[in-house]
Amino acid sequence: MSGSSSTRGVVAAATLVAALTLLPVLIALPAALAEGPARAAEYLFRPRIGNLLANTGLLVAVTVPAAVVLGAAAAWLVERTALPGAAWWRTLLLAPLAVPSFVSAYAWVTVAPGLTGFAGSALVTTLAYYPFVFLPVAAQLRALDPADEDAARSLGLSPAAAVMRTVLPRLRPSLSGGALLVALHLLAEYGVLEMMRFPTFTTAIMQQYAVGFSDTSGSLLASVLVGLCLLALLLELLARGRRRVARLGSGTQSRPVPHALGAWTAPAMVLLAALVAGALVVPVASVGRWLAASEGWAGLLDTGLLGATLGTVGLATLGAVAATAAALPGAWLLNRHHSGLTVALERVTFVASSLPGIVVGLGLVTLAVTWAGPLYQTVTLTVLAYAILFVPRAMVSLRSGLAAAPPELSEAARSLGTGGTGTLVRVVLPLMAPSVMTGLVLVALAVSTELTATLLLAPTGTETLALAFWREASQLDYAAAAPYAAVMIALSVPLTLLLRRQILEEK
Amino acid sequence: MTHTRRPLLAIALALPLALAACSGGQAGEEAYAPQPDTLQIYSAQHIEVTKAVAAEFTEETGIPTQVRDGQDSSMGHMIVKEGSSSPADVFLTENSPAMTLVEREGLLAPVDATALDQVRDGLAPSSRLWAPIAARSTVLVYNKDLISEQDLPSSMMELADPKWSGKWGAAPGGADFQAIAAGMLAERGESETRAWLQALADNAEVYQNNIATMKAVNAGEVPVGIMYHYYWYRDQAGDRQGSANTALHYFGGEDPGAFVSLSAGGVLASSDMPEEAQRFLEYATGPKGQRALVDSGSMEYAVGTGTNSDPALPSLEELEAPAVEVSSLNSDQVIALMTDVGIL
Repeated sequence: MSGSSSTRGVVAAATLVAALTLLPVLIALPAALAEGPARAAEYLFRPRIGNLLANTGLLVAVTVPAAVVLGAAAAWLVERTALPGAAWWRTLLLAPLAVPSFVSAYAWVTVAPGLTGFAGSALVTTLAYYPFVFLPVAAQLRALDPADEDAARSLGLSPAAAVMRTVLPRLRPSLSGGALLVALHLLAEYGVLEMMRFPTFTTAIMQQYAVGFSDTSGSLLASVLVGLCLLALLLELLARGRRRVARLGSGTQSRPVPHALGAWTAPAMVLLAALVAGALVVPVASVGRWLAASEGWAGLLDTGLLGATLGTVGLATLGAVAATAAALPGAWLLNRHHSGLTVALERVTFVASSLPGIVVGLGLVTLAVTWAGPLYQTVTLTVLAYAILFVPRAMVSLRSGLAAAPPELSEAARSLGTGGTGTLVRVVLPLMAPSVMTGLVLVALAVSTELTATLLLAPTGTETLALAFWREASQLDYAAAAPYAAVMIALSVPLTLLLRRQILEEK
Repeated sequence: MTHTRRPLLAIALALPLALAACSGGQAGEEAYAPQPDTLQIYSAQHIEVTKAVAAEFTEETGIPTQVRDGQDSSMGHMIVKEGSSSPADVFLTENSPAMTLVEREGLLAPVDATALDQVRDGLAPSSRLWAPIAARSTVLVYNKDLISEQDLPSSMMELADPKWSGKWGAAPGGADFQAIAAGMLAERGESETRAWLQALADNAEVYQNNIATMKAVNAGEVPVGIMYHYYWYRDQAGDRQGSANTALHYFGGEDPGAFVSLSAGGVLASSDMPEEAQRFLEYATGPKGQRALVDSGSMEYAVGTGTNSDPALPSLEELEAPAVEVSSLNSDQVIALMTDVGIL
């Protein structure tokens, strides 16, 4: 009986998390209708909204497929082919995760000042976001048992057909999960698009709060964004399918035989080199160039930089722990008790993440000053905002971790007399540890680049690298911004190395 | 291979964790919570200026201060949301509309006469609920290689003419621009302002902020742009990278393009340190505070009687700014107009 009562506990926890993440949305919606439905309709049905919808839609329609194709192709080349220097490529292809997207935009704007608007936005977001697809697909490819593919080959299928029939279907969860992350990030992206002067819903919401003084219009725009997010969630649900990915069998898994690339070796290397150049070399070189300006080096020694670094590390650590802990109950339920309810609980947590930080931030400000005064302007509330914004990042990695930890192992442990807690500690957690680390790292990377929620919610005097960078970069003072960008990248390098190791060791 | 890498990786990982441990105090509640008996200043003014003035105020009076950095609108918004439980004692804005937002909500205490009496005549709002602490002038920045002085418009209103299509830049998304448009609305009325904003939506290049506008003009993307004066003077005082090819055109003649915007300072009615808050405004508008503003190199205008602004600037009187009653600036109506024409 302890099993079902503990399940009830998990359901309660997951429900609580889902409810918490919905709070900012629940606050935004009434604000949107504060001036009546007629005013709302008048506001929403006008050419400007059409333009924003077109811009946002176009960006999603181009960047998501581009990131999926590039990310998956790169993962395939690195994990399943006889690509020369695969280990190096793996590191280089993941490294862009260490470069915040707005730093990448800042670099591209300084390298190619004419590259603004849609083209620049699509380029920079694709280069910045493809690792969200590369990472889960590469991990999945390493974890997949090649036995099925071999069997398909032995039954007479061509190598390509064998891949299409046995590998591709199993990549669906990681492909669609990666695509979803890219789409949600695009919906909430602000820094890149502001720097590229490409108006979307999120930049328009920021503008509304910047000049509007009335959050009705901002909330109306946010409601449209919630609608777009729901659409993305639905599409992903359809695209993912429900295939079982975990492998259960005796003996160790064999390593797949790498596909020979032959004449495709050179084009493949060129593709990967272009990806790495655009996503890594351009930003790092630009930051280096601005650092080399005398002001930049002086900035590195500035005491403000140390304060901002400490602030960033502290908040990123707390945010990562909070978001990952919040994602656990939902991810576990989804894997072990897949039902309409558990899917709904999980999907709900994605909604707030497509909202710009300022919407979540202002919602929590309202909440705190109205009902929870002591929480106002505390680290606790700031961390809660991070958990709400970034729970999906942890959710996606935990989900794939649990998917690779077959429930039969827990059942076996149970049948051998191990209790629920014992099973968790001795069987489930060790199997999940890598994906928990991945989740922690992904959230920490996100928190360290968050701007607006931090600005609104953090205690007076809080300084982070992202805030300082944005302050300088928005004055187009690239030399003064460079030290903050450099430290953001430097801090993210170990985290990215850790992610790389997770992939390497996942079998 | 994996084993040899581990120590390196461990060090790489331990570094941020160690930093996190050191920063425990930093990120902990205690270090950042508003300190008791410390004047809480919410500042949307340029943070360097506020910090300079606050530091000298503390040195002079012994009253400790804590500054929260933000932006006009979101910070004004935030104070309204916080209502009577706001931790803020003093609110400083870059432009006055954010202050009138807080004023309309009835959240401000009247400013002591000692502070207002130190300000030049005609600048303080008739409500006397806030005090001006600095001023900035609207200007037209132009690229000297692309346009000659005699071809410049004599009024900012002329930019609405189709012949200027694609030839001017502005940053309508910012609080600065909104103040300019509110000045135009107060002076020229709704239909003229609406037509001008429509022209902006149709014909102008939109930039993120004043600095981006100036640098775009400098780079030759557009021949002219609307901005505030002080960004240009700061760049000129520095390496001139963003303004070397440009010059400023002052419209004068009480044109809407000569609008002078006021940075404002107010005391929150809910302040638990009202006397100290009033003393801060008295200091900020007084000779020492105004001197600190000028010495900070912000290149904004001093508004206190008897304090000269930076000698590089034309005097405030020479600007021939339109006479606008600052408390009448209607930012809501400006937003509505900007929304109607599709800028927002």
